[in-house]
Amino acid sequence: MRLLDYFRKDTSQQSASMAKERLQIVVAHQRTSRNQPDFLPEMQREIIRVIQKYVKIEQDQVSVQLDSNDACSVLELNVTLPQ
Amino acid sequence: MAKIIVVTSGKGGVGKTTTSAAIGTGLALRGHKTAILDFDVGLRNLDLVMGCERRVVYDFVNVINGEASLKQALIKDKRTENLFILPASQTRDKEALTVEGVGKILDELANDFDFIVCDSPAGIEKGALMALYFADEAVVVTNPEVSSVRDSDRILGILHSKSQRAEQGREPVREHLLLTRYDPQRVNIGEMLSVADVEDILAIPLLGVIPESEAVLKASNQGQPVILDGQAKAGQAYMDAVARLLGEKVEHRFLEAKKKGFFSRVMGVR
Repeated sequence: MRLLDYFRKDTSQQSASMAKERLQIVVAHQRTSRNQPDFLPEMQREIIRVIQKYVKIEQDQVSVQLDSNDACSVLELNVTLPQ
Repeated sequence: MAKIIVVTSGKGGVGKTTTSAAIGTGLALRGHKTAILDFDVGLRNLDLVMGCERRVVYDFVNVINGEASLKQALIKDKRTENLFILPASQTRDKEALTVEGVGKILDELANDFDFIVCDSPAGIEKGALMALYFADEAVVVTNPEVSSVRDSDRILGILHSKSQRAEQGREPVREHLLLTRYDPQRVNIGEMLSVADVEDILAIPLLGVIPESEAVLKASNQGQPVILDGQAKAGQAYMDAVARLLGEKVEHRFLEAKKKGFFSRVMGVR
């Protein structure tokens, strides 16, 4: 038995599994935006600017998502408005 | 008709050029006429790794611009039969590569060669896009490390959307995972992502695992592809990967840590 490893194991074991967890989240997010058209990020910024003209909101209070079904695509826009 | 293989990764420094040199040389050693093309315009390095830096006269961009013929620019490897290198330009900018220009060169090579290995630059700019655009197969070089794995996934997304095969709705580019700088000992103690972890995340078939090896630096110091070092694990692992690329079933090696002696086990010395 690796005497020193025995004590080391607990903390070091976490680093590879932490890496895996973090990657799974990042990659899943990356893949949802994989099939989106190139104009989407720019459009999202523009939509935010328009809303900001009227309501005080932050960037992260708007989410834009494009879902494609068989026949049509649905653009989903979620805006969290401050109270 | 030649098969076009891109060696790509997104992230820099993971071993694309080392891999291009090794796989290109391996294919030639197996009797296939092979050309390795350096797409890293402005930062050419394949010539150094292949040990032909003093024989560069014309380059990729010279051929695209019609300043030299392909025959003049191709460097015949001195060690390995059937192997040719097309160096990148050191002076031009990467905009010099165009779809038309690259397409024409690949068409011309396709008549004469069995394999064309495209050594991609890092990043997702023009040079990288051109390297993968015409590919039939892609070797995605990845280190067991977070930024490399994430960038590999990005490159896979680009292969799915920006390659010619994707644009024309043809059969998709065949993707292969090549895990490099792998250290089984660190995997064992939970300090490094395992082969299974990376396969899990990227979800593409595994072409090979190249163990972390001093032989790689030694080989590049000497301008000799590491695959020619039959003594080194890394060289052997690349040879296995080439066999798999040619459709052979070869067991993966070097995935387990070497058994330690009594002293190092007790003391935890690595």
